[in-house]
Amino acid sequence: MEQEQKKKKNLKTIREWCKGCGICVAFCPVKVLELENEKVKVLDYDKCTRCGLCELRCPDLAIYLEEDQNE
Amino acid sequence: MSLGSPIVKEYFRSDRLPHIWCPGCGHGVIMRGVVMAIDNLKLDKKKVCVVSGIGCSSRASGYMDFNTLHTTHGRALAFATGVKLANPELEVIVVTGDGDCTAIGGNHFIHAARRNIDITTIIFNNKIYGMTGGQYSPATPLHEVGTTAPYGTVDPDFDICKLAVGAGSSYVARSTAYHANQLIKYIQKGIENKGFSVIEAISGCPTYYGRKNKKGDAVDLMNYYKDNALDIKAAEKLPEDKKVGKFLTGEFHHEAKPEYVSEYMKIVEKVQKERSENE
Repeated sequence: MEQEQKKKKNLKTIREWCKGCGICVAFCPVKVLELENEKVKVLDYDKCTRCGLCELRCPDLAIYLEEDQNE
Repeated sequence: MSLGSPIVKEYFRSDRLPHIWCPGCGHGVIMRGVVMAIDNLKLDKKKVCVVSGIGCSSRASGYMDFNTLHTTHGRALAFATGVKLANPELEVIVVTGDGDCTAIGGNHFIHAARRNIDITTIIFNNKIYGMTGGQYSPATPLHEVGTTAPYGTVDPDFDICKLAVGAGSSYVARSTAYHANQLIKYIQKGIENKGFSVIEAISGCPTYYGRKNKKGDAVDLMNYYKDNALDIKAAEKLPEDKKVGKFLTGEFHHEAKPEYVSEYMKIVEKVQKERSENE
């Protein structure tokens, strides 16, 4: 149930704001992020647990979780 | 449509983003932490005033969508004292840096602490003057390098938390950009404390501090804080040899004592009463 609620949240990135520091990539517990051309890229949305640690430590406010607006 | 998370849309001037801080600078994490603390406490945006001085840290006031005041170097606390005395109902939050607060503004800092005025000060401590090119600050650790100390500084550094306690602050805590959740909790407690609260937030400066001291990039600095921060309560139980190279985090001081604005208003009321009785 909790997992289902979590999955309703979307992981979003803002390319224009990302400076490619790699903090989110280094501290993602399930390693679903990587840098591509110095910008963050989500490798696997299904594997992401929506823990929010990327959002917590992103210095550029460029990655975040948001409730799905379409549901 | 403006970009950003719900928090960004609610509390930031997103047309000013992305911010000017370097890739991997811890300041963004700390700025978000201040905003999260305000959100968790459900403070009225119109009743919050963010005051900053000069330096990398002090740019934060420009990005945050509250009443904001970007003042002169070292003087954020002086302006904030005026704001608080004129509008005691405001929640006054000062964002400042290690240099801005403890060098240029050192006197304002100790006297604001001595008065125990109800202001929450968040010191973004990146251990160097970033904006002006990496000069060493009072928080640069002894023997470490800055542009003005190419062979290492011979100036012992301030322990900002000890300074804050010694000068009279009623709430003092330290955390890091890595320990962001803990930092948010301390900022919340600082805001809730009625008196002068100091939260020292250790921030990584990969561009100057990290590079000049060969401490690596943003991730290396975050890992350094992760591995070397030692909670003050845990430290009490550890033998000395386990504490070598570590730095203390946690809540260093919390006491209830008379707050400056309340005491000032008591005097005003007393004198007004005496005068009206004599008329």
